Amino acid sequence: MPTNPCFHCGDECVKDEIIFHDKSFCCNGCKTVYEIFSENDLTCYYDLESAPGTTPKEIEGKYDFLKQQNIIDKLVEFNDDTTQIVTLYIPHIHCSSCIWILENLNKLHPHISDSQVNFGKKTVRVTYNPKNYSLKEVVLLLSAIGYEPYISLEDYKTGKQNVDRSLIYKLGIAGFAFGNIMFLSFPEYFQVDGFWIDKYKPLFRWLMFTFSLPVVFYAAQDYFISAYKGIKSRLLNIDVPIALGISVLFIRSTIDIIFDFGSGFFDSLTGLVFFLLIGKFFQQKTYSFLSFERDYKSYFPIAVTKINNNIETSVQVYDIKKGDRLLIRNEELIPVDGILINGNASIDYSFVTGESEAVIKKSGDKLFAGGKQTSGVIEMEVLKTVEQSYLTQLWSNDVFNKNTEEKFSTITNKISEKFTVFVLSIATIATVFWLFYDISKAMNVFTAVLIIACPCAVALSAPFTFGNLLRIFGNSKFYLKNATVIEQLASINTIIFDKTGTITSNKKSAATYEGEKLTKSEEMLLKNTLRGSNHPLSRTLYDILDEYNIVSLDYYQEYLGKGIEAMHKNESIKIGSADFVGKIAEKTILNTAVHISTNNSYKGKFVFYNNYRKGLSKLFNKLKKNFDLVILSGDNKGELENLKKLLPAKTKLIFNQKPNDKLEFIKYHQSEGAKILMIGDGLNDAGALAQSDVGIAISENVNVFSPACDAILDASNFNKIYNYIKASKSAIKIIKWSFALSFIYNILGLYFAVTGQLKPVIAAILMPLSSISVVVFTTIATNIIGKKIITNKI
Amino acid sequence: MSVIYILLTISIVIAILFFVAFILAVKSGQFDDSYTPSVRMLFEDEIVKKTKTKSKLTTNK
Repeated sequence: MPTNPCFHCGDECVKDEIIFHDKSFCCNGCKTVYEIFSENDLTCYYDLESAPGTTPKEIEGKYDFLKQQNIIDKLVEFNDDTTQIVTLYIPHIHCSSCIWILENLNKLHPHISDSQVNFGKKTVRVTYNPKNYSLKEVVLLLSAIGYEPYISLEDYKTGKQNVDRSLIYKLGIAGFAFGNIMFLSFPEYFQVDGFWIDKYKPLFRWLMFTFSLPVVFYAAQDYFISAYKGIKSRLLNIDVPIALGISVLFIRSTIDIIFDFGSGFFDSLTGLVFFLLIGKFFQQKTYSFLSFERDYKSYFPIAVTKINNNIETSVQVYDIKKGDRLLIRNEELIPVDGILINGNASIDYSFVTGESEAVIKKSGDKLFAGGKQTSGVIEMEVLKTVEQSYLTQLWSNDVFNKNTEEKFSTITNKISEKFTVFVLSIATIATVFWLFYDISKAMNVFTAVLIIACPCAVALSAPFTFGNLLRIFGNSKFYLKNATVIEQLASINTIIFDKTGTITSNKKSAATYEGEKLTKSEEMLLKNTLRGSNHPLSRTLYDILDEYNIVSLDYYQEYLGKGIEAMHKNESIKIGSADFVGKIAEKTILNTAVHISTNNSYKGKFVFYNNYRKGLSKLFNKLKKNFDLVILSGDNKGELENLKKLLPAKTKLIFNQKPNDKLEFIKYHQSEGAKILMIGDGLNDAGALAQSDVGIAISENVNVFSPACDAILDASNFNKIYNYIKASKSAIKIIKWSFALSFIYNILGLYFAVTGQLKPVIAAILMPLSSISVVVFTTIATNIIGKKIITNKI
Repeated sequence: MSVIYILLTISIVIAILFFVAFILAVKSGQFDDSYTPSVRMLFEDEIVKKTKTKSKLTTNK
């Protein structure tokens, strides 16, 4: 049977293909969105990109909390009688069609006056009239067209975030001053001795001085601050020689023009600051749509349904008190610790503990915050508030308050320590020599050495190498928090993997059948029964089984948390847990199984296995030569044998690890000198990711939640981890080479300086030349590495 | 007075005007999102085309 891709979302129309306007749709949801668009003349949406949409999800009652005024006040940016402005985060924004449709929201509803998309941040800013329209309706409209916003506890804060634009200002000022000073210094560089230049020299020089003031005192202030901090903590970081160079340049130039010694080095000074700031700007490239600092707040809902005397009300999560009764719907998250009162609780804790299976709870059992209800509606009574819950307490650990950047000494700082000492000693020796030889030139030589040795090129090589590699990694779906991560990645010697969700993919698709063989008609019945069920295991099993004709069942009943019963003609079938099909459960089995009985006689079971990511053993075999490998899992030992077969023998396998155990394990090994790379995915790894030297979060979809980490890796590129580490090591090599390159320029410059012949024009040529050649070298070299990553040749 | 003073004044005033324009542009948030505007500017044409074809359809009826 040939299948057409859905016109709206691009999925294959496997069953229930709907034909509408000569176009195929995979489900009613997609068709409805198309209808909305075509009614409002917005089908241009489909012209820009093919199949850009998603199927809208069932959201009944989910956004009731948006009616509450106190929640609205926290979410909206601007609020008065006639205008409300809200910025919503929409993970699905991914193409130009998305931008187009979201910026045409006013055509869908007359009370929306304006909407503006920020593609990088994946947000839409909607302006509407609150008299006739509400925030809830905006959210429902967006959800109805398949752009459901993601609203989490993190959004619940007052005040606008201030965007820090100071670097752009500084860059602008430095560039402005640099350009103008260049023009003003040309007359003297090309000077034709004469009356004209002598007359106007002072004017030109003092103009240059004026232009350089904001550069020294505003644009370069970060270097002075950082150098001061460095000296205070007895650390000669790269900013110490830079700050020294800038101040010497400024003071010497000022003295030069006051006493008419020369034209000063104002062009070199502003050029230096300008280049350094460009380097900073280049390195600062961040992925604004990803957040690396997320904690439980961006995973938790903003409000839940509270039951009070049979009346359902939405209540803000922070307002939940002990003893409250909460209603948790299907697919909703449990925000606090509590006791199950009634309902079929099947809680998926995979994100919190790493257990791969949903846990069945009976009424009276304790429920922990962070679990996701997966079957039907439950009621629970609150035991603890949000901040005191078991999961959220992990965030009170000290690791989350530490600044990791400070403990790591970068390669640039290591070099600069030696460099500063070297430059200062050359300056002293040269000055002492000139003191005896020609005392009038001694001061000139001393300052010239400090000016020419200002490590502009050294300071630029790391930002440009790392900045460029950051971009290359980003193109191959490996998103780093900042450039320091690359250096740390190059120094690791131990790699720790989480199991569930990290080395296994979230979809389970491997299952084997054990027991009496099913007949053709039984298998057909099984397949047809599974068709109607939405349980994840049913869906998986359905996909594994062979194709059969579709028959309509005479009887079908799904029991939440237990199984399905169905009848066709004279045959009956039961699919589900061991108890449900009438078999005593084997206690020793740790793997998930779906049991089957037909006509009340037990047949057998399908046992599910974790589905490991593609290329896992290959990756481990590559890694084992250079690194210690550990699997640290929160799950039980069910997969031990399987893993032993897959992975190299020296891999350590440790199971049943609680979030805190993982953290302690890493702490212990770090105290023994290991540099640890932790690769995990869930909240249960959050502590370990923060404690490790480099924490990488694996994500099937980088737009959805991932815990605080140093880097986010798209799961499809999991098998390239080895390449990334290799590339980081090469980056360090490139930096060392570019250091060597810049030293050649420095030595050339030092020759002029020590012999007392440094003229402003030489500095003005040499400084930009060294910077530019270093930048060109690092950019070309990193691009070559980048190609190798993509083609997988490392 | 020499003409150089006038020329210098003019050139610096113009430079400062552009500089102020840049600062104001940054302040208004123009550089916060450097991607979306590049896509947005391409849309206008498509919408015009759309309305044209639509009006054709109605006249045909």
